[in-house]
Amino acid sequence: MHASACILPLALRDVCFSAGGRAIIDRVSVELAAGPSTIILGANGAGKSVLMRLMHGLLQPTSGEIAWSERDEARLRRMQAMVFQRPVMLRRSSLANITYALEIARVARSEREQIAVEALESVGLMPLAHRPARVLSGGEQQRLALARAWALHPEVLFLDEPTASLDPSATREIEMVIRAFDAAGTKIVMATHNLGQVRRLGDEVLFIHQGRLVECAPVARFFSHPASAEAAAFVKGELPW
Amino acid sequence: MVVIVKALLILAALAFPAHAQQKFITLASTTSTEQSGLFRHLLPMFEKNTGIQVRVVALGTGQSLDMGKRGDADVVFVHAKPLEEKFVAEGFGVKRFEVMYNDFVLVGPKSDPAKVGGTRDIVAAMHKIKAARVPFASRGDASGTHFAEVELWKLAGINIAKDKGPWYRDTGSGMGPTLNTAAGMNAYALTDRGTWLSFKNRGDLVISVEGDQRLFNQYGVMLVNPARHPHVKKEMGQAFVDWVISPQGQTAIAGYKIGGEQLFFPNAK
Amino acid sequence: MDTILQAARGAFDLITSGDRTLAEIVLLSLKVSISAVVLATLLGLPLGAAIAVGRFPGKRAVVVLLNALMGLPPVVVGLVVYLLLSRAGPLGGMGLLFTPRAMVLAQAILVLPIIAALCRQAVEDAWIEYQEQLRSLGAVGFRAALTLVWDIRFSLLTAILAGLGRASAEVGAVMIVGGNIDGVTRVMTTTIALETSKGDLPLALSLGIVLIALVIALNAAAMYVKEAAQRRYG
Repeated sequence: MHASACILPLALRDVCFSAGGRAIIDRVSVELAAGPSTIILGANGAGKSVLMRLMHGLLQPTSGEIAWSERDEARLRRMQAMVFQRPVMLRRSSLANITYALEIARVARSEREQIAVEALESVGLMPLAHRPARVLSGGEQQRLALARAWALHPEVLFLDEPTASLDPSATREIEMVIRAFDAAGTKIVMATHNLGQVRRLGDEVLFIHQGRLVECAPVARFFSHPASAEAAAFVKGELPW
Repeated sequence: MVVIVKALLILAALAFPAHAQQKFITLASTTSTEQSGLFRHLLPMFEKNTGIQVRVVALGTGQSLDMGKRGDADVVFVHAKPLEEKFVAEGFGVKRFEVMYNDFVLVGPKSDPAKVGGTRDIVAAMHKIKAARVPFASRGDASGTHFAEVELWKLAGINIAKDKGPWYRDTGSGMGPTLNTAAGMNAYALTDRGTWLSFKNRGDLVISVEGDQRLFNQYGVMLVNPARHPHVKKEMGQAFVDWVISPQGQTAIAGYKIGGEQLFFPNAK
Repeated sequence: MDTILQAARGAFDLITSGDRTLAEIVLLSLKVSISAVVLATLLGLPLGAAIAVGRFPGKRAVVVLLNALMGLPPVVVGLVVYLLLSRAGPLGGMGLLFTPRAMVLAQAILVLPIIAALCRQAVEDAWIEYQEQLRSLGAVGFRAALTLVWDIRFSLLTAILAGLGRASAEVGAVMIVGGNIDGVTRVMTTTIALETSKGDLPLALSLGIVLIALVIALNAAAMYVKEAAQRRYG
């Protein structure tokens, strides 16, 4: 699967994004390499989700450049997946939601079901395989969304506050799956404002404040010696979110 | 556009597959003959004799003749002699045969606000209605009855197109709807006797004037010219024309009655 | 008031009497209208979805036009189809005037914009919810439209029912292209028009009540299916 060269690193150069005349992302330059799990941290409205969507290609930057090492557009798309804060499931069974994604990804029909079953097993949803996805609980749907991403074997997985609307036990289950992705060698890029989650899952932090990248540091150093006043305040829990 | 229509038609054919060639002709006729029930009495006899089904499209005389002109009917059976003669003269019809007549009656409110009751003189009655400016409901739809009404105004020396006032209600609809309107607003109206006899929603309306020679209503039948429209079913159409003017057809027409009253009087030559 | 009571009783008698002529008229009405709606659905759903998902110049104008066409006057449609199918018209050679097929065609044209426009609206609303997820998975264009239509299939039922309501209720188009021929092209609405013009208002109203009852029954059945399916699929 990973025979050809990795699509990473991803380089952002002076990326700006504005909507309705307002700058939401302001001159962000950063490079994401394979390996460490990257957490995009910031208060609500800081621009985390937008930055992630720019990286994933759902939004086009107003100016600046976003470059992957991979040039082949189709392969680039195929090698990334994203899990949203609220999972969007199709009105069909859990299993069919995964085989649908595989079909779009041009996986051979004969292999789809096998891969989907493995993905459901890996998130513990196999007993619900034939349930309509839309009647699952929020936590189950989010695990299904992860299983759908899992089935695609992406090189990069974007996660946009995947546990923001879940209770603690569902959150724990989701974090377990994310760790499994990481263990399997998938690059994790996750947006969150949950400091505990940063410690549990992150290797490096991109701290965003008002659309600007304020700080880029390994997790341990970010918490012990935040370089900017904003990050220090955020770590102390002084910024509203 | 035409391509889409054709595609739709091909799909429509799935819902309504063509039946084994049923023998039928399309007859353009007037609402008066259809709604009086004459055709229900007449056509089963013809079908039994010949095996030919007659599909009646009931419209005003003007529209029926137009259908014939376009080639959408095989036979036209209407009641406006001058228009029919023009139709044949222009080559749309083969030959006109007189079939039968009935008569028009003037109906109006029982209270008779124009004081036209008790006379047989239809022309005098038209004068009085105009003078009294009481409501009059007209077909206004280029039908045979409308044509006859305009002729009666003309006989009374009135150019109705010019002299009409708010009292003259142009309904632009069939005989039945016009009678419904007349019943609703207590207006006078000219109607053929057949429709009147089978009409149920009379309200306060009664016959005000009848029996005048000038209320005579002649029906004619003609085959649409196959020379103009080659698809016209000329044998079957001619068979129908021949039958209605035959002694058998004429007797059948005379035999149609509502409440013991004969509606149409055969007079084929 | 008397007329209405009389009509209600008449309607009841008509339904319970099992009158054959009435049964044939009802059956033809259903056949014509349902066929028309099936045709319009086959064309209207893809059309509506394509407009919803597509990005092309003049899209707004197309949407406005489509919405406006929902109010197509039946008589005008009837007249256009009449002129097309008339012997003197471009498709006259097919000899389809005054046949049920002509009626299906006219009603399909009438219903097509309704189904397409309502489908476009529903797909566009769903597109807002699904767009990012589908694009993330790599589903774009026709593929995405197809997925959306299938996923909101139960909401689209409402669009189809609206079309069926329009088809079964209209009289202007079928009267002109069908000719209201006894036993051949006479349907519920043209019979009602005929009885009204004969002045038999109670009978006309009775038939009207039968027609309304039929439409209510169809809608109730469809609603039941929709709700059961929604409980099942979420």
